[in-house]
Parts: sequence; C-alpha cells; structure tokens
Amino acid sequence: MEEKLLVTAREIHGLYPHVHIWGFPIATYLFLGGLAAGILLFATIYYIKGKEDEMPFTVKIAPLFTFIFIMIGLLLLVYDLHHKLYVWQLFTTFRIESPMSWGAWTLVGVSIFSLLWPLSYIDDIEEYLHERGWKRLDWITKFIRTLEHKCKIFRFIVLFFRKHRKKFAYILLFLSIILGIYTGILLSAFNAHPLWNNSILGPLFLTSGVSTGSAFVMWLSNNKKERTRMSVIDMALIATELFFIIHMIMGMQAGPEAFQQAAHLFLGGEFTVIFWVFFVGFGLVLPFILEAMELKGFHIPPALPAILVLIGGFLFRMIMVYAGQMSEYPL
Amino acid sequence: MRYAMAIEVNKCVGCADCVVACQTENNVPHGYSRDWIVEIARGEYPDLYMHFESQRCNHCDDTPCVRTCPTGASHIIEGGIVKVTHDECIGCGACIEACPYDARYFHPEGYVDKCTFCDHRVADGLDPACVSVCPTTCMHFGDLDDPDSEISKLIRTRENYTLIPEAGTNPQIFYLK
Ligand code: SF4
Ligand code: SF4
Repeated sequence: MEEKLLVTAREIHGLYPHVHIWGFPIATYLFLGGLAAGILLFATIYYIKGKEDEMPFTVKIAPLFTFIFIMIGLLLLVYDLHHKLYVWQLFTTFRIESPMSWGAWTLVGVSIFSLLWPLSYIDDIEEYLHERGWKRLDWITKFIRTLEHKCKIFRFIVLFFRKHRKKFAYILLFLSIILGIYTGILLSAFNAHPLWNNSILGPLFLTSGVSTGSAFVMWLSNNKKERTRMSVIDMALIATELFFIIHMIMGMQAGPEAFQQAAHLFLGGEFTVIFWVFFVGFGLVLPFILEAMELKGFHIPPALPAILVLIGGFLFRMIMVYAGQMSEYPL
Repeated sequence: MRYAMAIEVNKCVGCADCVVACQTENNVPHGYSRDWIVEIARGEYPDLYMHFESQRCNHCDDTPCVRTCPTGASHIIEGGIVKVTHDECIGCGACIEACPYDARYFHPEGYVDKCTFCDHRVADGLDPACVSVCPTTCMHFGDLDDPDSEISKLIRTRENYTLIPEAGTNPQIFYLK
C-alpha cells in the first residue's frame, strides 16, 4: 500500500484536486477549428479538381461559414486567456515547438483567406440565400456589394483574388491541413496527461474534424448529388473514427499503469456513459446507420444524421478536454 | 553551470518552514504556494513507513513547459533555472497543462507563476530561501557541473530518486533516501 497526502494547503484554483484550467471555450474552439478545417479541405480540393459546379455548396458557399466559425473560436480563445491584454505577444514570435504558436499564425492566414474566398463568390451566395428562402440575410450580400462599389482597395483585392483563385486555393488547402492537424495534435503535445499522450489522438481528431465538415455540407446543401457524395464520405470517415477509437483504448490498456487508468475513465470510470452512449452511439453509429438507410432509399432528412455528427464531434472534444485533465501521473 | 537540489527525505519532518519562507521571500499571494509538502505512507500494518517530500518545480532538463509556451514567456536562464517573464505571458495555460508536477499556477494578476530557485538570491551567492531556513538542513542546493560541490558528492554517493521519471522530463531535484 502507498498513500500520498498533501500536507500543506494548496487549494489553488484550477490545480486542486487535479489540473482543471481548460474547459468549454477550448473544447468549442477545437470543435470549430476542426469543422472549419474540414469544410475548407473539401472546398479547396473540389475546386482544384474542377468540380466547382458539381459541388456548388461545398466550394462556393460553405467557406462563408468557416470565417464565422473561426472568428467565434478566436473570441473564445482570447476570452479563455488569463492575461488577455498581452495577447499580442503571440505575434511577436514564432515558436516551432509550440503547437499553440503555429496555430495562432495559421489562424491568421486561414481567417484572411476564408473571408476572401466567399467574397469572390458573392453572386452564388446571393442565389443560395434566395433558394433557401433566407431573405432576411440579404443585408450581407448587399453590404458587400456596396463596399465593392464604394471602396476601391476592397474591389481591387476581391478582383485580384478572383483572378488568382487557383493559386490561393493551394495556399488555403495547405493552411486547412495545418489547421486540421494542429487542432488534432494540440492536446497530444501535453505528455503530462497520459490520456492525451498517444499518437492516435491526432489522427482521430483530424478524422472527426473532417467528418463534421462533411456533415455540415450534407446538412445545408441544396444539391442532392452533393449531399449523397458527402454522406458516403462521411460514412467512411465514421468507420475510420471507430477503428481509431478501439485502437486507442486497446493501446492504453496495454500500456503502463497511468495509461490503464486513463483507459479506465472510459471503461467503467466516470466518462463511460457519455463516451460510449452519447458520443459513440448517438454521434457515430446512429448517424452511420441513418446515412446507410438513406442511401438504400429510405427517406431520412439529411439534417438528422448531420446534426448528430456535429453534436457528437463537439461532445468528443468536451470529453477529451475534461477527461484528459483528470488523467495524471500519480505524484 | 547546472543548478540542482538534493533533499534528504529521512531528515525532513514536514514542518513546512520552506513553504512559508518561499511565500515571504517571493511575495507569493495569500492562498498560493510555489512549494508544498507531501506525506508518503507505505507498507502494511504493522510494518508502516512514512516520509515527507518538499516539492516544487523540478527545473527539468527536458522542459515540456518551455517547449509548449507559444510566446517564449517560459524560458531557461543560466544554470538551467526555468523562469516566466510576466509581461510576455498571455495566460494561455499551456505550460500548466504540460507540467506533470503541477508546479505552475495562475497568479491572481493573470500571468503564470512558479518557483524560480530564488535566482535573485542565487545570483548573490546565497541559497534559495527554502534551503536556507530548513531547521533540519535536509535540503542542499548547488552546481551539478562542479564535481566537487556538496550536491554532486551527495548525488554520487547516496541512493536517490526523482519524481515521475516516466514523464521523461529529467527532473533536477533529487530525493536522497
Ligand atoms: S517541474 Fe514543471 S514547470 Fe518545472 S521545469 Fe519541470 S515541467 Fe517545467
Ligand atoms: S501561460 Fe504564459 S508562460 Fe505558460 S505557456 Fe502560456 S504564455 Fe507561456
């Protein structure tokens, strides 16, 4: 038997009884970052492949949302800083070893391009809003048109982007891959938490991010073919995720004690139900079945599996952020 | 120069003088502490053993805290002392998550704070506050690069261990059995 006891009081907020300094904002940020990366990945790949008209929502409309997602994510991130006024310090240096540092720089790039991309498709966005009957959002396109009219520099930038869209597509593809990988490996950079300290977590996050991206397109696209294609892709991604999850938990089970304890959080411990029932069950398996049924010809509203996948992706990040901080080496 | 600490666990009585000395010397805000005492009991009744460990930042050789810091606020100075520049810290918490020893915390003003090995005292040739007040003289501070220093000899001659070696941080605080 060995028992360790803290003798002097150390009930410091966020440290006691275990490290708990990251929560909802970071989990949401990781979710939005992964989602944005997924959407942009599809948009740029299909654009580069010349499938702009086959996949109109994916290429032309969806990137509009990524800008909004990234802005919300950034706000949450800054909100979560404890020394907020010094946030500019992030941009005084670039530290290759710190995922947070290259994440900060990538976000700057992604947010600029994910704004310019939809701006160069303003006609299509207008058409889409009308098709969906979202007339109340007209002010967005009107505002951009006025801006284009009144501000020369703005018009020049948009035209320049439209003209060189292909080159920018490659840059944005590159940035979105980095964004996807970064939001994936961010947690696994923190070896102090055995649950995060494994090589599968990164690919798992990346797959899940891309899967939420495809679900998002499937949900909001007006084009039947596009929806079907995305749902097939999503099913493949979900299957991959399930494989990674089993692999990850078996790997932890086979590891030293601290890793077995981490696995126990999901195998009988306090995250068991939320992980298996709500994330794996309702967030992966059920949407997979629904998508398969839809392909077989059953009538299933595409929003249903899509929303399940999105909620599942968010839950997964919440679980990982919270459970990871509880998983520590015994002092 | 490689500063390190050696602590004789069987001499430590758990009086927490080191904790108070640090709080006073470094103006640690009320309710916070840069070092702390852990009591470790092991064995089965009636063969029970107990000892104390005075713990703090291990000023590791392989520093995950410095590696993950996005601004460079966490850095290493002469002698391997790990420090935080308050004006560069954005309070993201990456280093707190990265440290396996919970050695860092958010100062109420927002930046991250931790043990500095009392580098302001060390620069003047003094021992860190915790070492100098210990009533049982169970703590020793010195330069590991100097083979003739007291600490080098202690670590060479006495059986010792470090905390959570499996985390791979290569701690520089040695506990002498
Ligand atoms: S004990 Fe923690 S804070 Fe100190 S150097 Fe090691 S990892 Fe960094
Ligand atoms: S909290 Fe401060 S010292 Fe720690 S990693 Fe973030 S910026 Fe660096």
